[in-house]
Amino acid sequence: MGLEFTTGRLADAINWARKYSLFQYPFVTACCGMEFMALWGPRFDVARFGAEFPRFSPRQADLLMVVGTVTERQAPVLKRIYEQICEPKWVVSFGVCASSGGFYQNYSTVPGIDHVIPVDVYIPGCPPQPEQVLDALIMLQQRIQDGRGWSQRQQQLEPSPRDPHTRPPQP
Amino acid sequence: MSLDVLKQLAEQFGRALLRTHSERGDDTAVIEAAAIRAVCLWLRDTPELAFDMLTDLTAVDYLEQGRRPRFEVVYHLYSLPRRHRVRLKVGVDDPAAEVDTVSDLWRNGNWLEREVWDLYGIKFRNHPDMRRILLYEAFEGHPLRKDYVKDRRQPLVRRPAGEIAAALGQRPAARRSLI
Repeated sequence: MGLEFTTGRLADAINWARKYSLFQYPFVTACCGMEFMALWGPRFDVARFGAEFPRFSPRQADLLMVVGTVTERQAPVLKRIYEQICEPKWVVSFGVCASSGGFYQNYSTVPGIDHVIPVDVYIPGCPPQPEQVLDALIMLQQRIQDGRGWSQRQQQLEPSPRDPHTRPPQP
Repeated sequence: MSLDVLKQLAEQFGRALLRTHSERGDDTAVIEAAAIRAVCLWLRDTPELAFDMLTDLTAVDYLEQGRRPRFEVVYHLYSLPRRHRVRLKVGVDDPAAEVDTVSDLWRNGNWLEREVWDLYGIKFRNHPDMRRILLYEAFEGHPLRKDYVKDRRQPLVRRPAGEIAAALGQRPAARRSLI
């Protein structure tokens, strides 16, 4: 009876753990929130994906769900919340308003939150159906597993993320 | 009841009352801008009228209709004890764009007038705190004026341009142009 063992990359194991323990911060600003609540209810049950537990402090979250219209005046708040989330972090843009400004084309609305923060997965729809969100969540899990999330790639690009001298200058 | 208010207004403020109508039951009186405070005070304090509530205060920009005066400030009044309504309109012309405040008659007028100042650029004389209320201080212009360019954005915060370009680098044509 020989010794049995498996091998694998440490990063794969860590990313596997990350993708099944998403702690999301719901940044809910508009009517999309209704569909978001339906998603989080028992019928669609995101607990199956290990992402059911919302944290209302960005310091305890790693998935930022931007649900609804973001105005220019809210944009600095959104940016600050994004910056407060510990890396690695992911952003899902929920609905057309968050993704592109939707049907708002005016002075007050941010034309897509990717003007303010990097986004990993966009969900279309006004509002999106829960099935679409679950699809996006699976897509995000795949990205996390592959290390393709925006902040994951930034960490790979930077030689030493813990060294303040190698970080890009903050605005 | 409903025509009564306009009739009483006409008796009280004959010359200051420019036009009236009751289109679809909504009593409306267009009055001289100089008389707005006197009219409002009288409507509020006459016991049989008792307009104790300012439901709304807003403005209209008639730039594209070429009307003079360019703006109209609209007051919607309601009487809780008498349960009747009246709408007052006041013409305000462009370069000065000023009208007397009613924020001391109805306290919610304070914020409503700030909103009109913010979005239309109409100033209210003797208002205690004539600042923007919805938009930020750095905002230039008044966005609900018809000559405000629709697409003009005045962002408070944007990602660095290089970062957006890098993120879109692979397929720039597939995405709309980012400002």
